[in-house]
Amino acid sequence: MTGNKEDRYEEALEELKDIAKQFYEQLEDGEVPNMKIPTRSKSNIELDRRKGVWRLGDSKTSRSAKKLKSARMLLRTLYMLELIQDMIEAGKSSTLREMYYISEGWEKAEFSKQSESDSLAEDMELVTGCLREDFKLRPEEDGARLIGDITVEEINRKGDVRKINCRDDVGDSGYTIPYNVESDKVTFSDVNVDFMIAIETGGMFDRLVENGFDESANALLVHLKGQPARATRRVIKRLSEEEDIPVMVFTDADPWSFRIFASVAYGAINTAYLSDFLATPTSEYIGITASDIMSYDLPTDDLSKNDRKALEQELEDPRFDTPFWKEEIETMLDINKKAEQQALAKYGLDYVTDTYLPEKLEQVGMM
Amino acid sequence: MASIAEELAEKQQEISVGEFFERNKHILGFDSLTKALVTAVKEGVDNSLDACEEAKILPEIKIEIEEVNDREYKVAIEDNGPGIVKRKVPEVFGKLLYGSRFHEISQSRGQQGIGVSAVVMYGQLTTGKATIVRSKVKEKDYANEMRITMDTKKNEPEVLDEEVVLWGGKEHGMRFETTVKGLLRRGKHSVFEYLKNTAIVNPHARIEFDRDGEKTVFKRATDQLPEKTEAVQPHLKGIELGTLAKMAKNSKRRTLKSFLKHEFSRISYSKAEEICEEADIDKKKNPSDLEVEDCKRVLKAAEKVKLMAPKTDCLSPIKGMLIKKGLKNVLKGQHPEYYAPPSTRDPTVYSGNPFQVEVGLVYGGDLPKEGSVKVLRFANRVPLLYKKGGCAVTTAIKNIDWRIYDLDQRGGKGMPSGPVVILVHVASTRVPFTSEAKEAIADIPTVIEEIEKGLRECARSLRTHLNKEKKRRKVKKKFTVVNDILPMIAKKSADIVGKEPPELSKSMTKIMGVVYIEKGYEWNDGRCKVDIDIMNYTPKDKDMNLFFEKPYPETELLSSNLEPDYQGDHLEWRLEGLKPSEKKKISLEFDGDLEKDDMAGTEIYIEGVTETKLIGAETLPDDWDIELAEIEERG
Repeated sequence: MTGNKEDRYEEALEELKDIAKQFYEQLEDGEVPNMKIPTRSKSNIELDRRKGVWRLGDSKTSRSAKKLKSARMLLRTLYMLELIQDMIEAGKSSTLREMYYISEGWEKAEFSKQSESDSLAEDMELVTGCLREDFKLRPEEDGARLIGDITVEEINRKGDVRKINCRDDVGDSGYTIPYNVESDKVTFSDVNVDFMIAIETGGMFDRLVENGFDESANALLVHLKGQPARATRRVIKRLSEEEDIPVMVFTDADPWSFRIFASVAYGAINTAYLSDFLATPTSEYIGITASDIMSYDLPTDDLSKNDRKALEQELEDPRFDTPFWKEEIETMLDINKKAEQQALAKYGLDYVTDTYLPEKLEQVGMM
Repeated sequence: MASIAEELAEKQQEISVGEFFERNKHILGFDSLTKALVTAVKEGVDNSLDACEEAKILPEIKIEIEEVNDREYKVAIEDNGPGIVKRKVPEVFGKLLYGSRFHEISQSRGQQGIGVSAVVMYGQLTTGKATIVRSKVKEKDYANEMRITMDTKKNEPEVLDEEVVLWGGKEHGMRFETTVKGLLRRGKHSVFEYLKNTAIVNPHARIEFDRDGEKTVFKRATDQLPEKTEAVQPHLKGIELGTLAKMAKNSKRRTLKSFLKHEFSRISYSKAEEICEEADIDKKKNPSDLEVEDCKRVLKAAEKVKLMAPKTDCLSPIKGMLIKKGLKNVLKGQHPEYYAPPSTRDPTVYSGNPFQVEVGLVYGGDLPKEGSVKVLRFANRVPLLYKKGGCAVTTAIKNIDWRIYDLDQRGGKGMPSGPVVILVHVASTRVPFTSEAKEAIADIPTVIEEIEKGLRECARSLRTHLNKEKKRRKVKKKFTVVNDILPMIAKKSADIVGKEPPELSKSMTKIMGVVYIEKGYEWNDGRCKVDIDIMNYTPKDKDMNLFFEKPYPETELLSSNLEPDYQGDHLEWRLEGLKPSEKKKISLEFDGDLEKDDMAGTEIYIEGVTETKLIGAETLPDDWDIELAEIEERG
């Protein structure tokens, strides 16, 4: 994944062309065109013990032109390939959403939902071992925000290097993470923080900013914006590995927030093939836990039917198969309650920065 | 030889008196205003159909209804039947229970009604108006027209006036015009519905309905007259005591033994003797001396003695092809997707009476998808519109779990629902009606059982059809794969690798694995162009015989790009050595006043391809006469 940008595009193109070549040869041999794609499901992820991340297992799914649906996917693969080829030649890129709209001109290969085209782009990463950025495809969502005393060097559109201190050179909303955060675009210098806190909600991120927690605790604040984008996870991983910054994750107390932590720490099921690249297994979950709901006596909501179902699925999820998570999930099922990060405001606006976070950070040896 | 009209006149004799009926309008079917109008039409139409068939004339019947006053209608019915000789006209129209068929045991419509004279009487009672009757027999150059009323006390006709008229070139026929109180409705129990249903089971008739100037024509769908029903003698088992007593009283035979032998079916002299012995009555006793008690003993004896089952060849079923044609003729506007091959059960017997059940089933198209299936009930080719709930047909339908035939039915009980029309016809020398009103068939176990069997036959065909459709849709999808997507995959991948697109036939046949037949039509002025595409999407060479059913035997083949190997009711081709992914096209042109719906049910049959590998056509049924040599399937 390293090396010269142009080389990377060429390499990706070669990999993609191999798919077309495979179809061509299958047809030449009188076979039904098909491709094998590693299965992306909960049952096909395994723990890489050495690296501590969950990645894709060996199970594969065959996509063959015998059925209309998969035949159409194969044709779309070729169309997408052609689009990528054109973009590389023209020096352009498109967002995933743009690609979805471009497919309207693909006749029989048109996508009916964007999730289909997104998923096919992921399939192609998986089969070629390249990243969608190498295909000139990017997500439309911007990455999330950073605030804290580190300096980022970003190469802007004009090719100039801009130095941005994420505390002094930015407004209240912080430094926005671009979609490409690889070293050819973004590097870090002058890192003066002890740890980072990745925060699920914008409300809590802003609370910590307003309370000056980045300065008082010497922390880098990262806004996750719900389920974090790839770029956000990639930045967290790079900062953790390259700059040796410990990662704390701070979310709501509900089953969906647990999954946010899992994708930051261990990798998401859908992109398990990228776990090496995106997951930060040393991340610590600092809350809000189910036990916190009780010990801090927080305002709560009842679990919905879907919440309970999600928790039960998590009990089956290999990523949560640790004593800590088993206990937290079961506790949550027992009390049948969930809570938001902002529920801490019950004790005043400063409670989270004065009391809750210091206590939780102390437990993990951070303060 | 006497003309048919004369012959009929011979049979027309007085049978009973009828002031009683004036007080029993409900039995005659005049119990409501709506129903009165239906009954008036029904009596006239039934008579006309019976008369035409007896005279071997293809019926052309015209019904006119005109509102003359509030709830008062002029009803006129005209036919092209043999007509009635002048001297018999007053009695037929002005005397209750007077008719040619009342004494006979035969499958006729007449047994379902009381006769057209009841209509005359009803009109007279409700509007005070006389009935105008016009009749012309072939032998006369002119028609007789007379105004008739009825003396309801004496059951005698009164002719008010009569004249001789010319009837514009009409060879023979009848017309009567009467004014009745009534209510003309649309919908389930309407005159229209009655005529529509009549047209379904009488595809040989042309029926024209003129309602206040609004005209509907049910065209003739076949020139084939129903087989003539034979009058048969009654069977001793199952005869009613009263009938037996009456027969004995009127018998001209001199001994009981001879009476039994000659006036009942399937009784030999030795059987007759056995019955007399069993009944302990002198075989020499004069039948007219039999007391009611004696008759009872004869009937009891008949139960004990083993008698041959009655003859069943006296019935005239409509039969499969014509049921289908009749249904098509009337339902074609709704473009049903499927006509199940109608089931004509073998005739069988209930308490001494032969009967036969026929079932037809139509599915899909624009038939309403919501609600219960539509049921058309018929007895001796006469529609039954009333008392559906208390009818053996309904019972039989409800007895079946339709879910196993892929129809919706709540809890597997009650009426099934879906876009289905079910036709049930019960033909019998004596249809077992629930009551004198003759509106529903009684729940007799053997009758229900036969109806159920017929229903299941049709339901099985429907299930097979639905499964095939499912499969065809699936294959159709694959068709998109091989015709659209695969060539594009080939082209794109070839472009990307910079080569010529590869040959696709092998991959195509691996995806499809079937022989696919498709037919298309084009109409032009009664001519029809038919294109049959045969595509071998299997990986092997194929030999097959293709059979195409012509819409009508007389339909003329004008041209064919591929000379058929046989021409007759159907066309036949031998197709040899069709290579994988090779296509063959047969283009035909037919003449014969063809309409779109004439082609709807025409089937293509294929011999030489197993059913599972054949889409768009049927495998040749076992009972098809094959003239070409048997061929073995290669693939």
